[in-house]
Amino acid sequence: MDVLAALGRVVLGFAAATGRLGLFTGHALSHVFRPPYFLGQVAQQMVSIGYFSLPVVGLTALFTGMALALQIFEGSSRFNAEGTVAFVVAIGMTRELAPVLGGLMVAGRVGAAMAAEIGTMRVTDQIDALMTLSTNPFKYLITPRLVAGVTMVPFLVAVGDAIGIFGGYTISVQLLDFNSSTYIRNTFDILENIDIIAGLVKAAVFGFIVTLMGCYHGYHSQGGAQGVGAATTNAVVSASILILTSNLVVTQLFFSR
Amino acid sequence: MSTTAKISLQGVAKRFGKKVVLDGIDLDVRPAESLVIIGGSGTGKSVTLKCVLGLLRPDAGRIMVDGDDVVAMSGSNHERVMRKFGMLFQGAALFDSLPVWHNVAFGLINGRGLARAEARAVAVTKLGQVGLGPEVADLRPAELSGGMLKRVALARAIAADPEIIFFDEPTTGLDPIMADVINNLIVDCVRRLGATALSITHDIASVRKIADRVAMIYQGKIIWCGAVADLDHSGNPYVDQFIHGRAEGPIQMQVLKP
Repeated sequence: MDVLAALGRVVLGFAAATGRLGLFTGHALSHVFRPPYFLGQVAQQMVSIGYFSLPVVGLTALFTGMALALQIFEGSSRFNAEGTVAFVVAIGMTRELAPVLGGLMVAGRVGAAMAAEIGTMRVTDQIDALMTLSTNPFKYLITPRLVAGVTMVPFLVAVGDAIGIFGGYTISVQLLDFNSSTYIRNTFDILENIDIIAGLVKAAVFGFIVTLMGCYHGYHSQGGAQGVGAATTNAVVSASILILTSNLVVTQLFFSR
Repeated sequence: MSTTAKISLQGVAKRFGKKVVLDGIDLDVRPAESLVIIGGSGTGKSVTLKCVLGLLRPDAGRIMVDGDDVVAMSGSNHERVMRKFGMLFQGAALFDSLPVWHNVAFGLINGRGLARAEARAVAVTKLGQVGLGPEVADLRPAELSGGMLKRVALARAIAADPEIIFFDEPTTGLDPIMADVINNLIVDCVRRLGATALSITHDIASVRKIADRVAMIYQGKIIWCGAVADLDHSGNPYVDQFIHGRAEGPIQMQVLKP
């Protein structure tokens, strides 16, 4: 019976957490369509997410594109298919690697920072202070971050696509003796709009997940420094798991036949 | 003085899980009076304040502000009532990311739509009223001492000329002299605005300075309420023990003996 009771507690706890997250998400999204809007906050978050994440996403994409080119060259040479390097790098980066790795890097940088900032505001009564100053914390803190996440992560991934493909090109041309113009032509020949669009849609979904998890865990943090630390960890872990899960779902939606 | 209560709590109850924090609080605060709630740690003082402010929803009871039941309110009606309030938080709760002037003017800019330049001028005036010069306006909260933080928080609480001001442990963590400075500022600000003040504190010196009336909360109920002049001869053993800070008496603290 103890085992059943423990199992029941876990299931009830999960259901309650899912319900809380659903209500939080609905509440946050409802403010997207209800003025007043804090456009200054939206702009500030867009800069924080989009501009300040460029180095980490760019470097990730660059080295991933380079390593991918080397791996594909080595692997494809086993059956004399070295010419596929440009194709695989282009499709691999746009469809999968730039969105997923970019999303994970943003989760580590932005999601953690959001959870820590909002969590600290929660445990130091700053969120309560917002309410006493006639300012809805969802409008001021949460919705601007969600809007910025959904719009700026696709921008980061678009930049990551270009940098990753450039990384593959650099390795292929400089190290593997590919012809520069042939490599570029092959890349543009293989890429279709759907490859880029699917990656950008994934990025928007990941941006939403990262900011939602950062805001949700920060908003509900309690218990001082330890609580803020736990909120930060939970934000990154839950965002990472949801990114990997939703990646499969979106891939299935776009490319299943 | 009008006899109609500015704030009226009627049978307010609140529990967290199995722990009953408020067990039917009945309390009236009259217009333009300063009422201080005293009581030990964990007796529900802050929860009472948060229920009035709408930060917590009571499980039972009514909270009337100017005759309107704020518990049942939501949305724009609740925001309208919130505009009557100013609040000084125990830890100041200033926004780290904003300079001092913007902290003070925050409610004016975001809640009332005042232009930034105009709001800044009001903020500098309010900072002056709490004894801080204009040079403080552009500092960040992290650059201020504890006493300055409380003064900025007080300036923020009075920035919009509220009808009702709440003070949550206004002198906690300050040295006795700075605590007295803050008490004087509270009295000055409340009198100048003609505001109704509801404070919670453990600091009996602060109580004697800022209160017109005092209410003591114990085990989730108001066990005594009277004029501050009657505090020393309340005839209530709980109040006597608390104001004299004695370990012996009807209030028993759970401590582990060595």
